[in-house]
Amino acid sequence: MTWIFENWERFWEVTEVHLRLSFVPVLIGFVLSIPLGWLASRSQTARAILFPLANILFTIPSIALIVITPVLLGVKILDEINVIVPLVIYTIALMVRSVADALSSVPGHVTAAANAMGFRPLRRFLTVDFPLALPVTIAGLRVATVSNISMVSVGALVGLGGYGQLFTEGYQTDHTEKVLAGLIGTVVLAVLADGLLLLLGRVLTPWARAGR
Amino acid sequence: MGWLFDPAHWSGTTGIPVRLLEHLLYTFVTLLIAAAIAIPLGAFVGHTGRGGFVVVGLSNALRALPTTAVLILVVLWAGLGDFPVYVALVLLAIPPIMAGTYAGIRAVDPVTVDAARGVGMRESGVLLRVEIPNALPLIYGGFRGAALQVVATATIAAYTGAGGLGRLVFDGLALQEFGQMLAGAVLVALLAVLVDLGFAGLQRLTVSPGLRPVGTGGKR
Repeated sequence: MTWIFENWERFWEVTEVHLRLSFVPVLIGFVLSIPLGWLASRSQTARAILFPLANILFTIPSIALIVITPVLLGVKILDEINVIVPLVIYTIALMVRSVADALSSVPGHVTAAANAMGFRPLRRFLTVDFPLALPVTIAGLRVATVSNISMVSVGALVGLGGYGQLFTEGYQTDHTEKVLAGLIGTVVLAVLADGLLLLLGRVLTPWARAGR
Repeated sequence: MGWLFDPAHWSGTTGIPVRLLEHLLYTFVTLLIAAAIAIPLGAFVGHTGRGGFVVVGLSNALRALPTTAVLILVVLWAGLGDFPVYVALVLLAIPPIMAGTYAGIRAVDPVTVDAARGVGMRESGVLLRVEIPNALPLIYGGFRGAALQVVATATIAAYTGAGGLGRLVFDGLALQEFGQMLAGAVLVALLAVLVDLGFAGLQRLTVSPGLRPVGTGGKR
């Protein structure tokens, strides 16, 4: 633990990079998975294509995807995009199912009532379906966020930033404290992010507790 | 993709077949050890209903643990070799198997369990001959999730000089040989899919046909 306090600036620097590399993909992936999940909740065909595809994408190991991405995109191996693109893919693979399940869990009589009240499709989605789907969606988002935070470290093995850098540097210089610092940072970040999302879910869905 | 299909890379002690076998060995030994620890623990907690929150909490905490860091820490403490690889991979594989076993046993219909007790089965019989067979689909679910993660993550073992397909990735990285890195990445992804298919087959063979979801082609 002392390493963290003695090297606070450096620790904060890698924390910032780690935060950026894990949250940007979660955000992009989440936004992209909403229309895809909506499609999968509406159409059998879309579901039959998207779900198996998501499963296959999920089996590709993160280190493999991080190594393949620069070849496919034609960028340098040390570009941050090489971590961001794979993590966006994993986030979508995980969230499409969550969003689709969440939207399917909205009771039929509620959507029927909204239709009867004259809600147009987009407004109904934004103000009725999506809010009611939030609890299940956020459960998926929590899993995606925690797994992203832990996967960013893999990028350090090919030279990218984040806590993983403390792992590789600690390994090369036989510095256990440094590796531990990165490990503690990762776990704390994962627990904090998970807790914040849990809280956000509660704040956004006050009706979920009203009946109790 | 030229590197992958060059016959020179398919022979010798550092050839692709050797790396594949090393990778498979890491995967299967890890899964065996992890299953030997996680299935009894999950089954015990699921059967008795005691300590469920410990299992769930422990699984979540272990999940957040970065495998790279565990691997490096054990190497720094215990030295290079296969031991650190197994410690890191077993810790990775335990949470999904334990969670799957626990959830599977909890999800067995209490009426079925009561009936088993009613016909005079002992507790061990209830667990081994009723609860576990009924929980098998979820146990397999956790196990296959663990297998995928282990195949994928065993790649990282090569970072500390161990074998497996990760060697291609890290040697390629060191030599700036993109073809080799790509070959390693593609082979790991393929192996992950094949291992999962293998376990899917095993699941079909060992899970009672009565437990298959209706309408998926299971013979009745």
